[in-house]
Amino acid sequence: MADYNAMEMMICIAARELEDGSTVGVGTGAPCATAMLAQKTGSPNLTIMFEAGGIAPLLPEMPISVGDSRTTWKAVMASGMCEIMETACRGMLDYTFLGGAQIDMYGNLNSTRIGDNHQKPKVRFPGSGGANDFGSFAWRMMVMTPQDARRFVEKVSYITTPGWLEGGDSRAKSGLPLNSGPYKIITNMAVMDFEPESKRMRIISINHGYSEKDVTDNCGFELLKAPRIIETSPPTDEELRILRDEVDPLKLVIGR
Amino acid sequence: MEVLEQGIGRLFTDPDADKAREFFRKKSRKMENKLMTLKDAIAKYVHDDDYLAIGGFGAIRTSVAACHEIMRQGRKKLAFCGHTSTHDFQILSAGKCFNRLDIAYIIGLEARGLSTVARKYMESGEVEVTEWTNYCLSARLKAATMGVSFVPVRNIMGTDTFKYSGAKKIKCPFTDQYYVLMPALYPDVSVIHVHEADVYGNSRIRGITISDLDLARASKHLIITTERIVSTETFRNEPTYTSIPFYLADAVCEVPFGSYPGNMPYEYFSDEDHLGEWLKMEKDAEAFEKFLEKNIYSCKTHFDYIRKNGGIERMWELRAKELMVNNHAE
Repeated sequence: MADYNAMEMMICIAARELEDGSTVGVGTGAPCATAMLAQKTGSPNLTIMFEAGGIAPLLPEMPISVGDSRTTWKAVMASGMCEIMETACRGMLDYTFLGGAQIDMYGNLNSTRIGDNHQKPKVRFPGSGGANDFGSFAWRMMVMTPQDARRFVEKVSYITTPGWLEGGDSRAKSGLPLNSGPYKIITNMAVMDFEPESKRMRIISINHGYSEKDVTDNCGFELLKAPRIIETSPPTDEELRILRDEVDPLKLVIGR
Repeated sequence: MEVLEQGIGRLFTDPDADKAREFFRKKSRKMENKLMTLKDAIAKYVHDDDYLAIGGFGAIRTSVAACHEIMRQGRKKLAFCGHTSTHDFQILSAGKCFNRLDIAYIIGLEARGLSTVARKYMESGEVEVTEWTNYCLSARLKAATMGVSFVPVRNIMGTDTFKYSGAKKIKCPFTDQYYVLMPALYPDVSVIHVHEADVYGNSRIRGITISDLDLARASKHLIITTERIVSTETFRNEPTYTSIPFYLADAVCEVPFGSYPGNMPYEYFSDEDHLGEWLKMEKDAEAFEKFLEKNIYSCKTHFDYIRKNGGIERMWELRAKELMVNNHAE
């Protein structure tokens, strides 16, 4: 079996989710590497969109910012924030990848603060940026993050970006676009989805080298389990070669 | 229309469209020469207590030169539009220039890491904050551009981002679906860095526009900083490519490399070494003071700053990097 690190594995697994002919809104780092890998493997017609306005670039290298010149390198359009977010709100953005300091069992994300005093937070993070926008509008929101009980918490300090809110039909009832929401959570240890009724996070596959106990021990809330939990199919030699040689030769993302 | 829920965040500007119309009624529409130095433009149009917005995207086509000048002139108590503000936010935090803040994205420099100084300032309790998202702020500018007091959007519902915003939730009278209303944002003054402008303020932006087309229209006063001044015939020959018409602009300042150390699409890439130096120096208060003295306070103009950081040779390297050509530079 090929040798790979956690980041490489998460990227390879996530890239398989992006079907050919779909659209994805990405940020810098792992999400961008994932979309680039998908284009060079099973989904050559995947359209990449950046929140600042870049549409369908032929990314020559990893961008540093979601608005830098690489995000419009040989792009079909250099647009703006409203163009991208309105496209998403209209229902033409299929996927997005988001992250945060904390995530709960419904996939709600915190990238704003730790502590209760909003005007004088214990720890302040950057905030939503375009995360809440993509997380509200994209049909399927995914997260790639290390499995860690400090990150997977019972209650996030602050909901920056909506997951399934309080579960059940609470997201739809809130007024957010119908049938949009969290889809898969990909960690170094496992892949999770959301149980269709309760909308609670559940384990669907365990990554090679880890056990179900590893996953539950590194999660701050009770995870549901799919009727049949399988082993995640590991990265192939070909996926790893393309990721290392063509997507991220400088190891800006996979070297982390 | 009944308000079902509302955020607790304060609005730092008045969304009233008629009051805005009264302001715009008096704004000059004369096609006259507005060329001035950046120093004069900031002195004339950016005042303590004003609501300020900076165009671009943090370290992309951002008027870094204007941020330095605002800091040099010691502006305080500004309200600021944190619409993916990164290096601009870092500079204005170092100067503690603002004390009220609309937040979409602050503190971070995206993949480069977080600013120590900006973070400390935001954790100090000295800044009053209202939360939004990038699209929320874009929509607020769009409402102002339309000359109306709000526009409806479908994000932020059910989240703390809504709770700490200044938005209101309503039910659509046509469909019974829920929407949140984004109040119009009319900044007192904004600075937008462009590729080309004439002396009247007609401007062209190349590449992504982010929210700047609306920002230019929503702002009561607009300072244009431009890579280069071009003739008015440039616009008259190809009016399709005009991004900003002259009557929106109050001042035009020619500032070559005005986005340095940020990226200027099709002109020069960001100076990652220098941005890295910012992040590094911030960690030591004493060293950072010296760094600011060298790079901002002791500089008379943006040219001084560029001279101290590699000058024309460095710009040549960054141009090659932008265009992805090999000019045999390191």
